[in-house]
Amino acid sequence: MANPTMEIVSPGLLTTVQDLGRTGYQRYGIPVCGALDSVSLRIANILVGNRDHLAGLEITAIGPTIRFTESATIAIVGADLEPTLNGSPMPAWESVYAEAGSVLGFGMPRDGLRAYLTVAGGIEAPLVMKSRSTDLKGGFGGFGGRALAAGDILAIGNSPHRGVTSSRRLPPEISRQATYGQYFDIRAVLGPQDDAFTQAGVSTLLNSEYTVSNDADRTGYRLEGPTIEHISGADIVSDGTALGSIQVPGGGTPIVLLADRGTTGGYTKIATVISPDIGLIAQAMPGATIRFSEVSVEDARQILLEQERMIADIKAFVGLDLSGAFSVSVSGDNFTVLDSDGRIIASPGAYSTNRATRRVSTMAEGERFDFEIEVESP
Amino acid sequence: MVVEFGAEIDPEINALVHRTTAAIERAQLDGVVELVPTYRSLMLHYDPLLTRPDTLQQAILTLDVDDGGESADQRIVDIPTLYGGEYGPDIGFVAENAGMSESEVVEIHSGTDYLVYAMGFSPGFPYLGGLDPRLNTPRLTTPRTLIPGGSVGIAETQTGAYPVASPGGWQLIGRTPLRLFDPESDPPAVINAGDRVRFVPLPDEDAYAETERQVQDGTYSVVARSI
Repeated sequence: MANPTMEIVSPGLLTTVQDLGRTGYQRYGIPVCGALDSVSLRIANILVGNRDHLAGLEITAIGPTIRFTESATIAIVGADLEPTLNGSPMPAWESVYAEAGSVLGFGMPRDGLRAYLTVAGGIEAPLVMKSRSTDLKGGFGGFGGRALAAGDILAIGNSPHRGVTSSRRLPPEISRQATYGQYFDIRAVLGPQDDAFTQAGVSTLLNSEYTVSNDADRTGYRLEGPTIEHISGADIVSDGTALGSIQVPGGGTPIVLLADRGTTGGYTKIATVISPDIGLIAQAMPGATIRFSEVSVEDARQILLEQERMIADIKAFVGLDLSGAFSVSVSGDNFTVLDSDGRIIASPGAYSTNRATRRVSTMAEGERFDFEIEVESP
Repeated sequence: MVVEFGAEIDPEINALVHRTTAAIERAQLDGVVELVPTYRSLMLHYDPLLTRPDTLQQAILTLDVDDGGESADQRIVDIPTLYGGEYGPDIGFVAENAGMSESEVVEIHSGTDYLVYAMGFSPGFPYLGGLDPRLNTPRLTTPRTLIPGGSVGIAETQTGAYPVASPGGWQLIGRTPLRLFDPESDPPAVINAGDRVRFVPLPDEDAYAETERQVQDGTYSVVARSI
């Protein structure tokens, strides 16, 4: 089989290569970037047998048209943007086998704003500062540091799951239709500068409805609604920003900072959206309503643990939780290893990051065999 | 999590921010994802699945920030700069505004070590402190739509260098051939927060071109001296 690729026939409104982001470089002013709705990307990766962090496509509102040169196992998770495969409606939240020459298309945004397309093996893009995410403002990472354009050819990585024709679905108790709607209840932890606001100001944030303005993108969402009162001004000496920081400039209307945010900012931050709810904001379109409620740091942690348990359940149900965790080579030859249920738990050379080699040996029928096992850090 | 050290821009406070950053790094605390030191606070990104905020807080409050060779880490990084001409088209305005000659502007601007309080705003952009007040100059009334990468400029009380080409309203007095930000390098920036930098005048365009060539073919090594 030829090396599989995806050809962008038309790019859609804004389609970018994203993984889970570029962490570790904010001190140099490098934004994190990465999938805005990271949980959707992770689930889409798990459904096609990838590890969580591989790169997929973030598709915004109006989707692209993509031709697969070779057969591929794909999944779409997140917003319902009316996906079609070879002209027929394509199911989302499950893996789908696309034959060579298949064409993936999209219709109108029906629910939510951002959908994530993954393909078994992940999208191959050079690692820039350890990430494949596109930094649109910096012009690096992803595919040439920009949104995809017609004619772009994306390489797909190797995967033992590439030929999987049966679809993998979410466990029935988790199975969901993407129903995001127009109302979003978003939980936030107060701070770090909530003390720069009057009591009335904090109360305004927590008891008002805000509307997502047209000024809403991967950097942040500017909201419209009641103004939030400062005690004595909105400016601080610039300091670090967090994913979900709710920044309130002098005008008094909040801005929720997202993946492409600048690493530092000079406005007071009244609260921080908890990370499990960031993916919801990513699905809110201009015009949607957002209501904030306060949770404690410990509540936020419990909600995150719940989310991680759900993801672990999906991995266990799909049965691929060990996939790619290590590979086994003997005398330089790589082997596929199956567990007792016949599931692939290691495959020849499919993965390439964060490897450590361990030498082990075993005795069999009086003879000693030396092995090298490559272990991937999570 | 944010560790605050004060409300002002002050070299002493900033030094404490950077010493604390270094101490947290040395301690290799579980669950710390990354540290973003700024003027007077330290943002600590952590993984709540690996640690708890109270555990982290306790660990940080009991750190000895002065226990380590941090003085050896204090560096002055040289930024070779060609002042004036097409490389620094606003130097005449800055000189006029300050009531001095262009060569005096160069002498004053290159005669000081500037503290890198923080990096941010854009990739590799250093927030510098220590501009001589005589060189304070208002921003351009109409910002330029494109400033070449490496441009060295002044805006009110600040001085700095644009790592990459971008629009901007700073008064440009020179340009460095150094690639202050390079996404293909790791680390991606020549300067670190907490360093000091000194702009070192290049004598002429030939010297600029020579340094630029060395940067491009990878033979240039950054000049950094310990304090």
